[in-house]
Amino acid sequence: MFRNAAIAALALGFSISIGAQAALADVSLTAAGSTALLPLVKDAAGAYQTAHPDVKISVSGGGSGTGINQAAAKAIDIGDSDILAPTHPELVDHKVAVTGFAVVVNPDVTVKSLTKQQIQSIFDGTVTNWKQFGGQDQKIVVINRTLGSGTRVVFEKTVMAPDKLVDSGLTEDATGTVISVVKQTPGAISYAAFSGTHGQPVTELAIGGVAATEANVVTGKYPFWSYEHMFTNGPATPDVQKFIDYVSNATDLLNKNAFLKVGAMKVTETDR
Amino acid sequence: MIASIAQRAHRNERIALNVLRFAAYFVIFAMAVLLLYLAVEGTKTFFVDRFSLFSFLFSPTYDLDSNHPGAAIFIVGTLLVTVFAIAVGGPFGIAVGVFLSEIAPPRMALVLKPAIELMVGIPSVVYGWLGLVFLVPIIREHTSSASGFSLAGAGIVLAIMILPTVISLSEDAFTSLPQALREGSFALGATRFQTIVRVLLPSASTGLAVALILGIARAVGETLAIQLVIGNATAFPVNVFAPTATLTTVIVGQMPSATEGSLQEHALFSMAFLLLIIAMLLILVVRFALRKRS
Repeated sequence: MFRNAAIAALALGFSISIGAQAALADVSLTAAGSTALLPLVKDAAGAYQTAHPDVKISVSGGGSGTGINQAAAKAIDIGDSDILAPTHPELVDHKVAVTGFAVVVNPDVTVKSLTKQQIQSIFDGTVTNWKQFGGQDQKIVVINRTLGSGTRVVFEKTVMAPDKLVDSGLTEDATGTVISVVKQTPGAISYAAFSGTHGQPVTELAIGGVAATEANVVTGKYPFWSYEHMFTNGPATPDVQKFIDYVSNATDLLNKNAFLKVGAMKVTETDR
Repeated sequence: MIASIAQRAHRNERIALNVLRFAAYFVIFAMAVLLLYLAVEGTKTFFVDRFSLFSFLFSPTYDLDSNHPGAAIFIVGTLLVTVFAIAVGGPFGIAVGVFLSEIAPPRMALVLKPAIELMVGIPSVVYGWLGLVFLVPIIREHTSSASGFSLAGAGIVLAIMILPTVISLSEDAFTSLPQALREGSFALGATRFQTIVRVLLPSASTGLAVALILGIARAVGETLAIQLVIGNATAFPVNVFAPTATLTTVIVGQMPSATEGSLQEHALFSMAFLLLIIAMLLILVVRFALRKRS
């Protein structure tokens, strides 16, 4: 089992080093965490390195909990997260973007819209067949994210509450895996950030008749969204701050990956 | 001149011996530190968080929100997957072992042996990935399983992974038998098959048991390959085609995000400690069996 832990550690180290491009760099930054935020950070790191050849940025996933833990342990410079880190007062929060999340189903599922209550009854295990909601006679395959996933926490807070999700379904540990499993599994349902669901061959359900779009997130009509955070251990160093500012203002990259600027929001998290 | 050569040889020998001794002590030291560390961290669930050992072992409720990390589902998952793997891979591996030792023409062994060694060299994540790509869709389409992620899939992947261990150890068990056994059997008019079943198998039973137990040890500890195909559901599997989780998959899935000092981290350490205890027990059984034989 320790061999496997070692493999896992190695794999993590590997994925961190994959982002390394410039062989000789004066500044070297590392970011890891949320797989929801990952596409944006990857794109931004690529563009930023092109503009600043002296900076090397390594980006990897791992989940929001991993991002927070690693930033707290000073193993990385930036911890990406979909959620706040109340247990780590030493971490400084930088809100870089807003993202919507979509409840997604396999494209063969005929149901296109569910109310919050209906979604809750699927994820708490009381409803198990699509025909109960007017769909075909097919078993519902629930896919949750691993504990420590920020996406999961946002889902619990904005869609499931006050109900609790039950973990008897499948569990996958990254946005990308969730989408590919939903894609290939008949009757599957799960949830992921817009950056992972938009343009994919999965159906994004409307929640209570409100479509999963950026426009509906801005106005607060669509409930399933959250701020995306970059955490630094203590105040950000100038090099880190420059990159964080770059991410939060990279309009094209934000649009491309279905993120919104923090300033674009017409509501706040407490309005939900 | 001769004296100085002798002196130098003597000194070199002393250095070499000390290096070897240091290496040996270091291994013992590393194991002791590891054991101690896991023992301390692994018991915090019970001594710091005051969660009962009984509930940890037997409660199927793994709910961290209500401070209740029951690990029964994962323990049962580990046991079931291991039993499945050894039930499929054990007899098959022993059969190949017999074949290699007693039947295979030398030229065939020349191909088979490197192939088996290659099986050991393939990283476990590759086995898991192949399982994900080939086994999961097959199980999804041909069984009651809705998603294809299942105990059976994990068991089959594991069965293949323990084959090299079981094959080479059972082959050793047969080749180490005295030739006189075979000659005596043949002299009494027994066929080759009769000789294998009636004479060689019983004589090699201890060695075969060791092969199976080390196969079990390999299966209990396997992580990545299983994680990719078992579905990681916190639920007892209702049948072999249902998803579940094991101790190792829960640890690898949750450890990176578990907050330091949290109940979750302590519970994961307890599971790791439990795995270590299982591994030690299996090794003890092997040593006991080998001692009995000699």
